[in-house]
Amino acid sequence: MNERPELPAPEGWEEAGPRISAPLLFLTVLVIAACGLVYELVAGTLSSYLLGDSVLQFSTVIGVYLSAMGLGSYLSKFITRGLARRFVDLQLAVALVGGFSAALLFHTYAHTHAFRPVLYALVGAVGTFVGLEIPLLMRILKGQVKFKDLVAGVLTLDYIGALAGSLLFPLFLMPKLGLVRTSLLFGILNAFVGFWSTFLLRSQLGPAFGLRLRCVLVLVCLGGGLTQAHRFTLATEEEIFQDEIILAKDTRYQRIVMTRGRGSFQLFLNGQLQFSSADEYRYHEALVHPAFAARPGGTRVLVCGGGDGLALREVLRHPEVREVTLVDLDPEMTRLAAEQPLLRELNRAAYADPRVKVVNQDAMVWLQERNQGPPFDLAVVDFPDPNSYALGKLYTTRFYRLLRRQLTKDAMVAVQSTSPLFARRSYWCILATLEAAGYQVRPYHLAMPSFGVWGFALASPAPFEVPRHTLPELRHLTDPTMQGMFAFPRDMERVPVEVNRLDNQVLVHLYAGEWRRWS
Amino acid sequence: MVLKRREFLASSLAASALACRRRRRGLPFEAAFLGPAVDLGHRLRWGELKEPSSFEPVDVVVAGGGIAGLGAAWRLAGEGFGNFVLCEMEDDVGGTSRGGLNGVSAFPWGAHYVPAPSRDNPPLLRLLREAGVLEGFDVKGEPIFGEQFLVRAPEERIHAYGQWWEGLYLKAGASPGDEAEYHAFFAEMDRWALWRDGAGRKAFTIPRWRGSDAPEVQALDRQSFAQWLDRRGWRSERLRWFLEYACRDDYGATLETTSAWAGIFYFAARKTGPGEESRPLLSWPEGNGFLVNQLRRAFASKVRPRTIVTSIRQATEGILLVHAWDEGAQRPVGWQARKVVFALPQYLAAHTIPSLWEARPEGLESFTQSPWMVVNVTLRERPKEPPLGFPLSWDNVIRDSPSLGYVVATHQALKDHGPTVWTWYQPFTGPDLKAERERMYALGVQDCARMVLADLQRVHPGIEPLIARMDIIRWGHAMVRPRPGFCWSVALQRAREPHQGIHFAHTDLSGIALLEEALDHGVRAAEEVLAALGRGGASWR
Repeated sequence: MNERPELPAPEGWEEAGPRISAPLLFLTVLVIAACGLVYELVAGTLSSYLLGDSVLQFSTVIGVYLSAMGLGSYLSKFITRGLARRFVDLQLAVALVGGFSAALLFHTYAHTHAFRPVLYALVGAVGTFVGLEIPLLMRILKGQVKFKDLVAGVLTLDYIGALAGSLLFPLFLMPKLGLVRTSLLFGILNAFVGFWSTFLLRSQLGPAFGLRLRCVLVLVCLGGGLTQAHRFTLATEEEIFQDEIILAKDTRYQRIVMTRGRGSFQLFLNGQLQFSSADEYRYHEALVHPAFAARPGGTRVLVCGGGDGLALREVLRHPEVREVTLVDLDPEMTRLAAEQPLLRELNRAAYADPRVKVVNQDAMVWLQERNQGPPFDLAVVDFPDPNSYALGKLYTTRFYRLLRRQLTKDAMVAVQSTSPLFARRSYWCILATLEAAGYQVRPYHLAMPSFGVWGFALASPAPFEVPRHTLPELRHLTDPTMQGMFAFPRDMERVPVEVNRLDNQVLVHLYAGEWRRWS
Repeated sequence: MVLKRREFLASSLAASALACRRRRRGLPFEAAFLGPAVDLGHRLRWGELKEPSSFEPVDVVVAGGGIAGLGAAWRLAGEGFGNFVLCEMEDDVGGTSRGGLNGVSAFPWGAHYVPAPSRDNPPLLRLLREAGVLEGFDVKGEPIFGEQFLVRAPEERIHAYGQWWEGLYLKAGASPGDEAEYHAFFAEMDRWALWRDGAGRKAFTIPRWRGSDAPEVQALDRQSFAQWLDRRGWRSERLRWFLEYACRDDYGATLETTSAWAGIFYFAARKTGPGEESRPLLSWPEGNGFLVNQLRRAFASKVRPRTIVTSIRQATEGILLVHAWDEGAQRPVGWQARKVVFALPQYLAAHTIPSLWEARPEGLESFTQSPWMVVNVTLRERPKEPPLGFPLSWDNVIRDSPSLGYVVATHQALKDHGPTVWTWYQPFTGPDLKAERERMYALGVQDCARMVLADLQRVHPGIEPLIARMDIIRWGHAMVRPRPGFCWSVALQRAREPHQGIHFAHTDLSGIALLEEALDHGVRAAEEVLAALGRGGASWR
């Protein structure tokens, strides 16, 4: 991966300088090579997280990196004087560009549309600098070591350094430090090599105070960056998220964070886990299909919340569905779900389906203002848990009454209703609220690794039976398991609770109290 | 909405012309005065308006288009009685209950909520039923209101010690002594809620004249709220702050300038029983402008805006000559009326009904009104809430401030994100009301805007760039002040009595400023008029 054109050191360009410690300088080659490779891996990993298609991302990153190294090697011939100084300067340049590369790329992705240009510019710059370094070093050592030993030593350590980087990265750096810290740490290593070189090469440098000062400045910058790395996440998020954060975005409405680790990725809204790609199919199959099974044939579907598009994916499995309206507050969320490769792959490009219409508005305000358009046969209500008043209002009698106005007389509604085990009173409060709003309600639940035991409500303005037959091709649900979800064990049975109304919002208090016990 | 969009645009254009000094000292947003028509009102006082030469015959003239006047007209129209006109000085009716509208939200000009009435207030229940707010009655006969009209949680928060706390009474940092006094106070309020006189009447009811006039109740009026608290030894600073806030909010007065009767009324009149919560509140983005719109629906064509009644004189027995000035047409108008409903504040009666001075020597001057400033702050975006502390609520109160804080106009529209309008309130509570009024009118647009900005910046340091505009409304006579001794004074009791075919209707006549009182007086006055004209049907009260 780290091959590069072997440049014979031209004879007789520079005078051989005074003696310097060759073995120690060879050691710097090892570090430089490891650093270069790590930056390359960071860029490749990060771009495949954010853009998807890892084969393409890694190939292009490696291609750009290697060709940039070639360019650097070629450019090295134009450096004719002050080799040692240039060498140290290059160390500092790589340290800065490489060190901040991950942070810069995350920022670019979250806040601009120029991710690819910035990505390739960074990879190109790092490649060029690293490509310049080796020829310079060889020329610095030219008079000190025999040419055959020089070439053998430099290239050996170059390749060994690359091996070290390529092993460290997946086994230790990524899992323990994450991308932002890894690149900063290697930046520091690079800058330190620069600093150290000012001592190793002091006989060729002349007065080195200014150079050392620069080294210290770069080290301070990178060290500062390392202490501020948490700014890419919130201090509290560091503890919440056990995995690498691959995307963090503050939208007008919420903080969206995606993490990746242990072979899956996760989406968090305001620190609350929305799904893990490992087991979300259990949740979304359970959320969507019982409603279809209870009253087959629905053609017009409403999805409230669920901007990730995963409920949408399940809805679209039903060929009889002709029209789906998805109402989600945050346009950034629906855009991300439509465009972010990991999400788009997981929701099977649900947003590209011509049956889907997206409305970015507060679902309750939208329901209140909608006074035309045919009623819906089926509604999937998939909001985050009621941990604020702004979310709690979406679980009130008023909300469910507004929803009912937009439904056919025997429409089916499925509502995500938090955990009947962890937040038993909250769960039953949601169901009691649905009943108070004039729905027939059947509770059902499911177990999944990332959420534990989770609860839903199946509701309709008209009476209905426990659904019996669902689609044959699902990953989790079968006819018997679907029916089994409607049986409640004793520790989750109904408890008496108050109805959640706009003017009391008892659910927000219940929910906060119940979850506090488990955290 | 109270204003149609085009009218609003026109009025805000006029208002921006007034705001000619904006930007001179670099406020990054627009600020302007919105009505009321202070100049027109003052010209009445100086007698500058010309007299009419002819008098059009009409059965009834309703003078004043606040809630009382609208209530009277609503009652007349409800009887199928159509031969009346309603004169309103402003370009639109509503008085202090009026609402406005801009591109972001509807907002109140003043009064912005009404406590959900119990079954003892039939006129208001009738109005709420017409407006679709009252949905029916429960098995106990208590009214059920549409959930969307009740103030939605979270209702109130208070800013103190650098953060927001739930509720209006500051529980954080309360000592056991504070808590003991707090509970003792509410136990006393429960006692008053349960209290009945020999005739089975409650001490405090809404409307108030249904309540008991027992000496024990009247005695409360002979002391200030502060004195009443002193006598019980209740000195808890936070309890007194909380009670004074209530006085400022409801009466534009302090503990010292509020009668103990009025102070207790605030807490005891809205309880149905001991220990029970006060009645929930009904509110709308446009405040009580919602009810203004509902009221005028029945008689919109009878309203004469920008018309000010300048004098009312009896020509002969049963004939009243009403002089008025049509500001729109710039000419005097006159009516020859059989009856007048005088639905204006009492201080105007002194100017418009000359014979009243002789008839009621005990004094129109005992009526005093607190000035208020109401500022609607339009925000492009809400300021970021700090991670700690209670979230943005409907009513947001700042403890260390002379203002009452702000109410979020979009709260009842269910909007929790994006642009909004905050209605900021400040009563002028000093004892010398004339000086207070002068103090308020001395403030220019910029002074007012800076005052509001500084107040909001205490609790939202980054708010300035988010402000799109401020619309400032100055009410010189916003609400009658229930001074000690006033609420049971002879002057107040006699002010309700008709005078030469003029029937009085205004919340002033209750000694406290409440929509419920105003509406009830309007309905009462209209029913007096209907009876006198031989059109009396069943009472709505």
